[in-house]
Amino acid sequence: MKENPLSFHLNLKPEDFLPATEEEKQSQVIMRESVSFWKDGMRRLLKNKVAMVSAAVILIVMIFSFIVPAFYPYTYDYQIKGANNLKPMEYSAEEMARIEAGEDVFPHLLGTDKMGRDYAIRVMMGSRISLLVGLIATCIILVIGSTYGSIAAFCGGWVDIIMMRIVDIIYTVPDILLIVLLSFALKAPLQALAQLPGFGWIQTVGENLISIFVVFALLYWVGMARMVRSQVLMLKESEYVTAARALGVSSGKIIKNHLLTNCIGTLIVTTTLQIPSSIFTESFLSFLGMGVAVPLPSLGSLASDAINGMNTNPHLLFIPAIVISLIILSFNLLGDGLRDAFDPKLKN
Amino acid sequence: MGKYLVDIKNERLSFFTPAGEVKALNDVTIHLEEGEVLGIVGESGSGKSVTAYSLMGLTAHPGKLLGGTLEFNGHHVENMTEKEMRKIRGNEISIIFQDPMTSLNPVYTVGNQIEEVIRLHTDKNKAEAKARAKELLELVGINEPEKRLKQYPHELSGGMRQRIMIAIALACEPKLLIADEPTTALDVTIQAQILELMMELKEKLGMAIIMITHDLGVVASMCDKIAVMYAGRIVEYGETDDIFYNPQHMYTKGLIRSMPRLDTTEHEKLVPIEGTPVDMLNPPAGCPFAPRCDAAMKICLNQMPPQTDLEGCHYTKCWMIQKEQFEAQKGEA
Amino acid sequence: MLKYIVKRILLAIVTIWAVATITFFLMNLVPGGPFLSEKAISPQATAALEAKYGLDKPLMQRYTTYMWDALHGDFGDSLKQRGRTVMDIIGRQFPVSARLGGVSVLVALIVGVPLGCVAALKRGKFTDSFISVVATCGIAVPSFVICTVLMYFFGVKLRWFPTMGLTTWKHFIMPVMALSFYPTAYIMRLMRSSMLDVLGQDYMRTAKAKGLSGFVSLFKHALRNAILPVITYVGPMLAYTVTGSFVVEKIFTIPGLGGEFIRAINGRDYTLIMGTTIFLATLIIVMNVVVDILYKIVDPRIKLK
Repeated sequence: MKENPLSFHLNLKPEDFLPATEEEKQSQVIMRESVSFWKDGMRRLLKNKVAMVSAAVILIVMIFSFIVPAFYPYTYDYQIKGANNLKPMEYSAEEMARIEAGEDVFPHLLGTDKMGRDYAIRVMMGSRISLLVGLIATCIILVIGSTYGSIAAFCGGWVDIIMMRIVDIIYTVPDILLIVLLSFALKAPLQALAQLPGFGWIQTVGENLISIFVVFALLYWVGMARMVRSQVLMLKESEYVTAARALGVSSGKIIKNHLLTNCIGTLIVTTTLQIPSSIFTESFLSFLGMGVAVPLPSLGSLASDAINGMNTNPHLLFIPAIVISLIILSFNLLGDGLRDAFDPKLKN
Repeated sequence: MGKYLVDIKNERLSFFTPAGEVKALNDVTIHLEEGEVLGIVGESGSGKSVTAYSLMGLTAHPGKLLGGTLEFNGHHVENMTEKEMRKIRGNEISIIFQDPMTSLNPVYTVGNQIEEVIRLHTDKNKAEAKARAKELLELVGINEPEKRLKQYPHELSGGMRQRIMIAIALACEPKLLIADEPTTALDVTIQAQILELMMELKEKLGMAIIMITHDLGVVASMCDKIAVMYAGRIVEYGETDDIFYNPQHMYTKGLIRSMPRLDTTEHEKLVPIEGTPVDMLNPPAGCPFAPRCDAAMKICLNQMPPQTDLEGCHYTKCWMIQKEQFEAQKGEA
Repeated sequence: MLKYIVKRILLAIVTIWAVATITFFLMNLVPGGPFLSEKAISPQATAALEAKYGLDKPLMQRYTTYMWDALHGDFGDSLKQRGRTVMDIIGRQFPVSARLGGVSVLVALIVGVPLGCVAALKRGKFTDSFISVVATCGIAVPSFVICTVLMYFFGVKLRWFPTMGLTTWKHFIMPVMALSFYPTAYIMRLMRSSMLDVLGQDYMRTAKAKGLSGFVSLFKHALRNAILPVITYVGPMLAYTVTGSFVVEKIFTIPGLGGEFIRAINGRDYTLIMGTTIFLATLIIVMNVVVDILYKIVDPRIKLK
């Protein structure tokens, strides 16, 4: 055996060679704390600045569209006499007179439109409509899509084949064409329905808006259904589910403990990303004049109405345009953030 | 001893991750002569692959070479530019990866991928490259080479794909072949075939091989020398016989004890190594294996063990052997 | 391969039939006939017109007649634009939309693919963040917003480009920008993420280990794999440009098929609605089939069943 020259310089003492205790050994092991899926996801979401800013923007837009209008001195359909086409913060002649008389007149923050309606409240109501459409349509899509998809995946066999063929067909149907047609076709029956007692609300909401929901219910769930089906299929065949089954875990428990927890991340993300796409479609239709009923505003119809006066009053066009872009952008970014945080498949 | 083919001295390499610096390699020293087979053994994350990749200049993104010298066939790898490195890769030094399923490009035919490397490093024309590719497929024991050349990777089995990978690696008759767990992803029966093929080709072509594996059985049958790695350090290095019949490091001993053998007496049980590998983000001050070591001493927890040279090229880094030497000295005194 | 193509074509035919049927019955739900709005016409004349176009017959009979004729390529005469067949109108308007749509798709691909690649290669650097921000905004801004903003600044304020029609190359710039904005942004995002995915694949490491230069391994090994998801997007993108052109054609007053379709619905021009819907649906569906088949050819992994 060669002598190691190093050991002479080490200044070793006999007590160094005493056995170490178990505690001493364990104190060397620094374990990273293990965190649950949700906690881990939330932590990552909270750390994602872009997603948090987006969430804040959505919250602010929601406050302005759902709460502020209740306290606002003007209403979206009230036409103020002589106050047509006011620039932001401008007052009509009559209002000037009232101010001079010492009255408090709430300023038109964003001016008025050509009918003399306060534009700020119209934009807020428009955002409310757009958000409602997005949320309700997404709920419809979520319910129909996930039910359909999971039924197809669970049944399997020819049921699955037929169900997915139907999805394939609907998927290739050009959606906007059908939306346009449907919104026209459903107008009359809905108007007839609105005359019946108990259905008066249809008039306020507008037949077009309802046909939009019908279209979403009929067409847009297919993407969700495909996604849910593939998720369920993948999980159904995954080894840990097989393992759970082999251990005798009941089906209900497997669905609750494994399928749901694994699916839910993807489901949340898809849902969040569905909201902006629904808002997108609604604004598109409103812009073409097939959205909500007059005088109810939507961001799309506000922009559409302002196009002709673009030269003189560009702000009437740009404000709803910016708000809609901001809403869609925020939902998209929040969806991306959620995906990064909660989609376990993308976890590094 | 002649000039080494591979001469890695005191290599230090770290990955700078967002969570902090991961010291992937600490003071790694490896020598390899021409035509020799070196096995690097260790568990996942111990730095086996990182060592081999750094020799090819393939260190992945946040990784950075911090010190030491890497010499291969007279080239100083640590000082070479990417362009110079490219001339060596696939030519003088080749690699086979662990997973043949994902290591071949799915959208090109097998022939295309073999010919590519031939045409890159030699001045063979298309027809010659094709002939060479066919020859290579025959060499690695693939029947109907003409047909296989036109097939896509997904049309072949795992074992077949690994043979293709070997063919690509050997296309330019490299001096050194790095095999990064070449059989881990394969069926047991195929594993043996691939290892046999590699040894056969080594005899035929006379290249050196670095065999990275966590399977002691593989190194026992194939390698001339073995390096045992733990947490980015070589804890024991020596001839295959030294490692198997005279292991000095507690980790090596543990590995050997945990290996099934045919020649054991009936009641001898396999002894697993308890515990989990260290967190490389927070390495302990002393010997990284100490928390899992049955014979851990006070000093093991506070101080890195020094290198103790034994007979031949055999060396280890363990306080146990230092203790023996210390006590022997005291006895003399 | 053949079996797959046949299957896809059969499915396409079923889809087109379904669209045609749904359209036919939906359209007949729309209140008001095509001749109601013309006040000058007496009830007798309306009846005569309806008889001429067969509108007095029962719905099912009209359906079968129409489908039979359509099968022979006869989509009937336009009810509002007297003396012109539906095929005539489509034949005149569609090339305009097709040119606009085609140029937009090309622009989206030419701009989107390279920028997506660049973002992936410069991952985490300023270029990447910049491209990603632009792309994220791009998919968030509805086409009518882009249209109006372009119109306002470049058409009305700066007067760089003409705001109406589609005759010279200058006319193309704003509509094409508006129409290709969303698909470009989408392709950039798609390309970036798929490129990042491919760059992390084992075969890219193999390419590097072979000694290939970054350039070759990028163009030969990465691009072909990374572009696959983009190909699948071409189908939806076509559908988007077709419907997106509704808005663009409306704003820029372009005499294309989209505007014609909206006008046809407003005028209850039954035959024209049917004709354009079937035509556009067929176009989108056929393109989808073509893209699907193309995809299977480019990606040898997918076995054709």
